[in-house]
Amino acid sequence: MRKPRLLRCIQLIIMAAFAIIVLAGCENQFLVLEPRGPVAETQYQLIVVSAILCAIVVIPVIILTVFVVYRYRDRPGNKAPYKPEWAHNTLLEVVWWGIPVVIIALLGFYTVKATFALPKPPAPTAIKVQVTSLDWKWLFIYPEQKIATVNYAPIPAGVPVQFEVTSDAPMNSFWVPQLGGQVYTMPGMAMRLWLQADQPGEYFGQGANFTGKGFAHMQFKVVAKSQAEFDKWANQIKKTAPELTMDGYRNLAKPGLADVMSFSSYPEGLFEYIVNKNGGPNHKHHSNNHGTGHETEKHDMSGMHKHH
Amino acid sequence: MEHAASHHKHHHDDHHDQESLKTLGFWIFLVTDCILFGTLFATYVVLRTNTAGGPVGKEIFDVAGFVAETFILLTSSFTSGLAVLAMHKGKIKELITWLIVTALLGLAFIGLEINEFYHMVMEGATISTSAFLSAFFTLVGTHGLHVSFGLIWMIAIMIQLGRHGINPVTSRKVYNICLYWHFLDVVWIFLFTVVYLMGVM
Amino acid sequence: MWEKIKDFASTFFVTGDPLIYGADVAIVLTTFAIIFVLTYYKKWGWLWREWLTTVDHKKIGIMYLIASLLMLFRGGVDALLMRLQLALPEMHFLHSEHYNAIFTTHGTIMILFMAMPMMFALFNIVVPLQIGARDVAYPFLNALSFWLFFFGALLFNISFVIGGSPDSGWLAYPPLSELSHSPGVGQNFYIWGIQISGIGSLATGINFLVTILKMRAPGMKLMDMPMFTWSVLATCILIIFAFPILTVTLGLLFVDRFFGGHFFTMDGGGNPMMYVNLIWMWGHPEVYIVILPAFGIFSEIVSTFSRKKIFGYKSMVFAMMIISVLAFFTWVHHFFTMGAGADVNAFFAVTTMAIAIPTGVKVFNWLFTMFRGRIQLKQPMLWTLAFIPCFAVGGATGVMLAVAPADYQYHNSYFLIAHFHQVLIGGVVFGYLAGIYYWWPKMFGFKLDERLGKWGFWLWNIGFYVCFMPQYALGFMGMTRRVYTYGWDLGWAPLNFTSTVGAFLMGAGFVFQIWQIAYSIKHGERDRTGDPWNGRTLEWSIPSPAPHYNFAVIPQVKGPDAWWEMKKEMQQDGTKKKPVQLKPIHMPKNSGIPFIMSVFWFIAGFGFTFSWVWMAVFGLIGVGICLLARSFQYDTDYYIPVKEIERTEKALGRAV
Repeated sequence: MRKPRLLRCIQLIIMAAFAIIVLAGCENQFLVLEPRGPVAETQYQLIVVSAILCAIVVIPVIILTVFVVYRYRDRPGNKAPYKPEWAHNTLLEVVWWGIPVVIIALLGFYTVKATFALPKPPAPTAIKVQVTSLDWKWLFIYPEQKIATVNYAPIPAGVPVQFEVTSDAPMNSFWVPQLGGQVYTMPGMAMRLWLQADQPGEYFGQGANFTGKGFAHMQFKVVAKSQAEFDKWANQIKKTAPELTMDGYRNLAKPGLADVMSFSSYPEGLFEYIVNKNGGPNHKHHSNNHGTGHETEKHDMSGMHKHH
Repeated sequence: MEHAASHHKHHHDDHHDQESLKTLGFWIFLVTDCILFGTLFATYVVLRTNTAGGPVGKEIFDVAGFVAETFILLTSSFTSGLAVLAMHKGKIKELITWLIVTALLGLAFIGLEINEFYHMVMEGATISTSAFLSAFFTLVGTHGLHVSFGLIWMIAIMIQLGRHGINPVTSRKVYNICLYWHFLDVVWIFLFTVVYLMGVM
Repeated sequence: MWEKIKDFASTFFVTGDPLIYGADVAIVLTTFAIIFVLTYYKKWGWLWREWLTTVDHKKIGIMYLIASLLMLFRGGVDALLMRLQLALPEMHFLHSEHYNAIFTTHGTIMILFMAMPMMFALFNIVVPLQIGARDVAYPFLNALSFWLFFFGALLFNISFVIGGSPDSGWLAYPPLSELSHSPGVGQNFYIWGIQISGIGSLATGINFLVTILKMRAPGMKLMDMPMFTWSVLATCILIIFAFPILTVTLGLLFVDRFFGGHFFTMDGGGNPMMYVNLIWMWGHPEVYIVILPAFGIFSEIVSTFSRKKIFGYKSMVFAMMIISVLAFFTWVHHFFTMGAGADVNAFFAVTTMAIAIPTGVKVFNWLFTMFRGRIQLKQPMLWTLAFIPCFAVGGATGVMLAVAPADYQYHNSYFLIAHFHQVLIGGVVFGYLAGIYYWWPKMFGFKLDERLGKWGFWLWNIGFYVCFMPQYALGFMGMTRRVYTYGWDLGWAPLNFTSTVGAFLMGAGFVFQIWQIAYSIKHGERDRTGDPWNGRTLEWSIPSPAPHYNFAVIPQVKGPDAWWEMKKEMQQDGTKKKPVQLKPIHMPKNSGIPFIMSVFWFIAGFGFTFSWVWMAVFGLIGVGICLLARSFQYDTDYYIPVKEIERTEKALGRAV
């Protein structure tokens, strides 16, 4: 009697799940698999290549498992050979040491190539955005436009954007899946990440490294606009938005959530101040030792940050 | 009678095996301790220059003090070696005497170290002043705690030697404490070089 | 005065949540129930003599097993609570802080207080029997290891009702875990719970390394050892090299929090990234520490249930050794996104991928052990067969994660979550469960019921794929780990709901397994032969459960699969059996010191947690006294007379 009831229970759950899927609508967005910029595109290609290379091994393994278990299972009258002492075959072992070596070598080659290629922006980047992760919001500073925003970041489309990221709170990670992979925002360090949106549009971004209570709400939008519209927007902010004072920044940096905000100005050198006050000079010392220090302590993806 | 004798021999063999097993385990423990100190050294080297406006090594290290500490600890390592030699000769009085000398030297070392720490703290160089000092106090302090622990252990072994004389168990214990003592000496040589010498240079 | 007490109580006890009040009541009731039962049946003395003071590796193993199953239950409940909260967008089942505490305890418990003790349970029960030894090298230290683990786990777990749980992730990255951002005592519970049990783990590593190197039966060369013993050897080496790093790392975090140090703080020249490096220099080897014994278990089971020699023994050993070495050169792949240079990332990407090579070789060797064998689909074998495809896929996604530039897109997303659950559940949990089913008759003398076991097996397996396959997809949709809620607009709802259903299926599987154990205690098939599976290694040559001295006569080993060869020989020789001369057996005496010393460690840890220095000092002095007391003990062993051995063996149905 127990069996049918349990089955019915499982059936019910499956039906409920199905209903939810239908109700929620099928607007599944596989952001990582729908790249909208060259960095994300490269990474997407690597994902595909690595998945295929892995499948070359995994699928035969699974098929072989099923086959072996079926053919050699212990049942009366099984005519398949039984050789309990057969435990070594040099040729076979060479084959299965060899195949993974070849595949890993191939994948390793692609990986190393991309690892070295990716950090370099294609040309001098068109615009710089300084990103600071706070508890629990994102501050974007536009040093060339002299404006700042919170929780949204307009950028010009079609050109490489240089993001410089740091944190004035526990370490977070700056991630805009459709534009490209992430980099940690670390207190006292300014890391570089270049991204580019090929087309105007809104791109979902978020903090990817846990920072406590409000972490789940650290989402932001990167809004790519045409250069003209971007300039228009920047001018508008310059004219209409309030100023961000030092006190204003200190308030903003206090733990808590924030809405989308814009500022027509910010204290001069705010970003450098944030980096320095969280131990920037210590890290600068290390990087200078290795000749990769910049005018301030900037580490980019290729500028090794050495403290292992 | 014969049975009893073979039983006794058997018993003796078991003990012998047990003691050599314990010494092997102690060697492996020293490997783990080595990694522990290695990690502390690594953190010290990383944080060495992060003085955050606080004093640097040169300003707080007292050359006479740490040279004296080094000399005392090296000597105690030598005397602990003499203790093992005496044990092999079966001379229990000599063995205990050398252990007492070793322990007294160890005590002097700890005294000097406490004095050094005390002066630093009085000058305002505490564990919470800067990352450099956190790393310094933790590294040197961990070594100091090891030495203090060794002292208590050594005293316990001396008492046991007095009670039981030299037998497979007590000689294994003497051997291991001296091994431990030499190990701490080697760690100190690294401390002396990496922390103190490089600090005042 | 009253006000003061009330103030104290309101911070000391965790309050304000019905779930926690429920737990409080449950804990108090269970405690009273246990005390009542023990008193009513006059079992206190029995408990003390037979269990709390035992130095018998088999009993210690059983205690590890019970503790780890309890922790699996608690970690599992944590998981189900999380999945409930995430089942639908904008749920109000748990609030943020509560969710954060739960995922922190889930991770910590599953790795350190579930996987590790379950592994140690199997070490303890199996290794001495497999190598033909009467106990481990240091039985006293072994008991101490267990009690340190036990009281460490207890300290960590009481944070649930006293003082508040840690909530900054299972690896507690600073500065989030520093006093500046986590001022509560939860983080201190974390440090001391792990620290105390970690000392025990380190001691176990040393203990079993020496046991395997020095206590093998005469004639058993290293290359004759069963594969499980080999895997334990490799694991012990990893423990010995990795755990001191954990001790130091947590110690430094403690210095920061207790003495105001600046190792990992944002100010004072601290370097939070150093913590991330250090913790993963332990953390990565740690995952190999838990997976290697699982590999060993699979090797034993595949060979036994295919009734065939293990294929490519030397290759298997070599592969395991390569994995142990590589394990120490991959830690940076946990933070490619930290922006180390391309050279560093490329190096660690390649070393990480390289681990797939020896692992893949092992999979092929298992397959070819089955090839031309005769496969019996008993429970241990079922779990092994479930493991192979699961681990193959999990391993493949691991290789994908190792591609550094692609990792920038997977990092901290649900893709990563799905990957490591697939290798940890599909590899470690399936492996240990297989091992438990396999060696259960040796531990308790009866088999676990097949029918209920199959229910458990299928629920676990179906549940696993329903739970974690959607999470790979969620990763591609941009869902990051550790979010306690998400919006309707993101399109994450259907897959999350499916995943929750899967999690509950696995939970149901666990319930069936507990039922299976309870049912089998009464109705399980008794094992009267000592060799229920037609085994190949020495543990099957003695009665189930094994007498406390294990082997009445230490066997003479001539090659690998020692027991299998002996059985063949016996068949050839017919009934011709050489009479054996029994000798008195040298055994260690029980001791209460490990238990008492661990209680003092617990007191010290509790004192440090609440910064009650007097209590911490009291605890440490107690520890010191226990150490000295042990040092002064010379009468620590005894001999079992021949008469008693004869009596025991006869009672177990063995002719002597």
